[in-house]
Amino acid sequence: MAVEVHVIKSDTKPTWCPGCGDFGILNATLKAVQATQLDPKDLVVVSGIGCSSNLPHFLRSYGFHGIHGRVMPVATGIRLANPDLTVIATGGDGDGYGIGLGHFIHAMRRNFDLTYIVMNNEIYGLTTGQASPTSEKGMVTKSTPWGSIEWPVNPIALALSAGASYISRGFSGDPKQMATLIEGGLRHKGFALVDVFSPCVTYNKVNTYPFFRERVYKLEDEDHDTSDLLAAYEKAHEWGERIPIGLFYRVDKATYEEEEPALSRGPLVKQPLGLSQEQAEALIQEFR
Amino acid sequence: MPEGDVAIRIGGAAGDGVTSTGEVYAIACARSGLHVTTYESYQSVIRGGHVWFQIRAANEKRYSQGDTFQLLIGLDQQTLDVHAPLLSAPGGVIHDNDRHDLDEGILPEGVQSLPVPAQAISMDVSGKPLMQNVATLGALAHHVGLDLKVLHGSLAKMFGRKGEEIVKLNETVAERGYRHAAKQHKPFEFALRPNGEGRLLMSGHESLCLGALAGGVKLVAQYPMTPASGIMHWMAAHAKDYGVLVKQTEDELAAMNLVIGANFAGARAMTATSGGGYALMVEATGLAGMTETPAVIVEAQRVGPSTGLPTKTEQGDLQMVFGASQGDFPRIILAPRSPEECYEAAWRAFNLAESYQCPVFILTDLYLGEMWRTVEPPDFQVPIIRGLVAEDGGEGYRRYEITESGVSPRAFPGQAGLMFIAGSDEHDEKGELISDIRAGLPEYVDTRTRMMEKRMRKLETALNEMKPPELWGPEDADLTIVSWGSTQAAVRDALEILKGTGITANSLEFFDLWPLRVDEARRALEAASETLMVEGNYTGQFHRLLRAETGIALGHALRKYDGEPFYPREIVAKAEEVLRGR
Repeated sequence: MAVEVHVIKSDTKPTWCPGCGDFGILNATLKAVQATQLDPKDLVVVSGIGCSSNLPHFLRSYGFHGIHGRVMPVATGIRLANPDLTVIATGGDGDGYGIGLGHFIHAMRRNFDLTYIVMNNEIYGLTTGQASPTSEKGMVTKSTPWGSIEWPVNPIALALSAGASYISRGFSGDPKQMATLIEGGLRHKGFALVDVFSPCVTYNKVNTYPFFRERVYKLEDEDHDTSDLLAAYEKAHEWGERIPIGLFYRVDKATYEEEEPALSRGPLVKQPLGLSQEQAEALIQEFR
Repeated sequence: MPEGDVAIRIGGAAGDGVTSTGEVYAIACARSGLHVTTYESYQSVIRGGHVWFQIRAANEKRYSQGDTFQLLIGLDQQTLDVHAPLLSAPGGVIHDNDRHDLDEGILPEGVQSLPVPAQAISMDVSGKPLMQNVATLGALAHHVGLDLKVLHGSLAKMFGRKGEEIVKLNETVAERGYRHAAKQHKPFEFALRPNGEGRLLMSGHESLCLGALAGGVKLVAQYPMTPASGIMHWMAAHAKDYGVLVKQTEDELAAMNLVIGANFAGARAMTATSGGGYALMVEATGLAGMTETPAVIVEAQRVGPSTGLPTKTEQGDLQMVFGASQGDFPRIILAPRSPEECYEAAWRAFNLAESYQCPVFILTDLYLGEMWRTVEPPDFQVPIIRGLVAEDGGEGYRRYEITESGVSPRAFPGQAGLMFIAGSDEHDEKGELISDIRAGLPEYVDTRTRMMEKRMRKLETALNEMKPPELWGPEDADLTIVSWGSTQAAVRDALEILKGTGITANSLEFFDLWPLRVDEARRALEAASETLMVEGNYTGQFHRLLRAETGIALGHALRKYDGEPFYPREIVAKAEEVLRGR
């Protein structure tokens, strides 16, 4: 049975501002899910808090819309309980690279098999326009009226250091490429990051659609070797006149779920509950 | 102490083998059929410092570590200087006078010096001084009248994993110490009656782990913190054999959210921490409440505030657990009184969490969680109740359906036709948010009220499964001593002592703290002629809760916040003071 986009798209209308980059991400996500022919009952979309974290409501799958910054541990808990499920984690740059940064790094080094889509608009939108961890140095926001004096987080370089096994960046202005990147993440076995430039048309007057359109270029057009870690690092640090989008790095390595002994018998949710008589007797012996 | 009831104390620096010596002795007593209770005082250092371990063995059941001790093993000078004057007669001090000087002038009347050349024995047998503590253990076994064979068996249990040769050496050293003591002094007339009908010896947290396994725990997510780390260690050691996934997370925020994720997907999952770690779990506690996701949280209290005294005990986190996270939502709080009740609390917690789809706390503390006691064998056939779960493909499924009980059917990812979004924002019956474009619209104002009331109704339903307080002792009494959780131990022993003073007292013990069986609590308090509330915190956290819920002000309070557990004599003294003043 083919799964069509209309089957996985819910009736709930997005509440994003007209022109918000997140629309492109929603469409790309729907396309990617359709391309993988995932049954929506086996998909869980997990998010945190922020404009972008409303995304699970726009899909007709299982979803968990949690609290600010804790996407990763909730998504991890779902994966560990039942690795038969496909998990998409999502949220914004404040959620993932600010309050949730610690969880993000640890989830990558553990190489959980999930796809993390970050709608990165370099600003706090829902709280009406404060600096975010990816805001550029010098950016004027409500919380930095004389310009931010911090250097931004570089999510791609961070992911390369932390051990994610699929590291990519998309742009809402190019939903086709983004759908391909998300699909690649879903098919990839291990932690897949899809960082997406998703312009905030209301609060970010710097990193706009035209800003990115003038600068982005596709890595696949420039013969980039996605198995070359050092080349990926170099690309991760390109910023200014030319900004790369596409797949930076991909490597095959064992996932946490594959190496976890308790999962060798199958998903936890399918194991019997309680103790057998033999197990109980063996346990009692330990205390004699 | 009465006949057939002996406590011993072992002291030394961390690294001297105080714990292993005490553990072998406790195992030997339990294997001899005696009732054992223990208390270990340790510090937040890895080597050095001062550690002491008290082990009480008795013919009859005892609850606490006891007030006095009759024998002391001093493995360092500090132990001799600090603890020897505290001994009770008849008794003695086992020490190595080649290494330390015991000032006999500090010994109470009837307490004698019992030197053992422990280091020399260890050197002679093994060529190393390491087993000197085992030589003193051999001497101890003689003085209390334990069978040498039982001691050998206990050494084999303790050191078996180090190989047969090490066990043999330990046995020889113990035997030399035993023979030395036998030549020196006849056994004390403590009237202990070892009967060979071995008892199970475990800590509250070990018992809790057994209860969790019996209750079907599948995942434990935890960040290390005394005194909860033992739960993670035990579970990790048993993870492979019993199919439990143990995840050490990057912090407690992750542990709690991971447990919520796993429960959402349908696996029974728990976390354990102490107060400081629980402080980080507070935000996600509300998430479990709002999304109606089960979660089991063990909160093993230690002394606060902040880092406090990491290796000391207190009952100071009740108020935090009771009020944790913004807004009102149902939560269940169990405070087991004993290791046996830790077992029961663990499997019950999973049933309650899934039945009422809310966070369930097991409030233990360092004293209850880490101290070993002999227990009756647990019943492994426990009920597993998973609560209301929807059938696949149900038409018009509403995850948060408004029901009379407040409980709505859950669905697990993977089930066909039941897809829904669990949201931390307020939502309607289907799970759709009413927090953004619907907020403030009259229709949704009403929805908010109805959803809130639906969730809170679960508490009323859950009340039926909560246990009322237990009244222990005579129904008519001059004094009713009120306590919760682990304080039971000292209170029950205090009642035994009070029997000999002409005061009749009983004990009103609370263990299912929330939702509280208010009617039974009120009746019990009204029936009491005088009340004394005993709890281990400064402000009387349960005292205030009890007054708020029952409207009854308790007469007197004994509170302790010095980090040490209650001792029966402290309660006896307070009881006498209260009744004298009448």
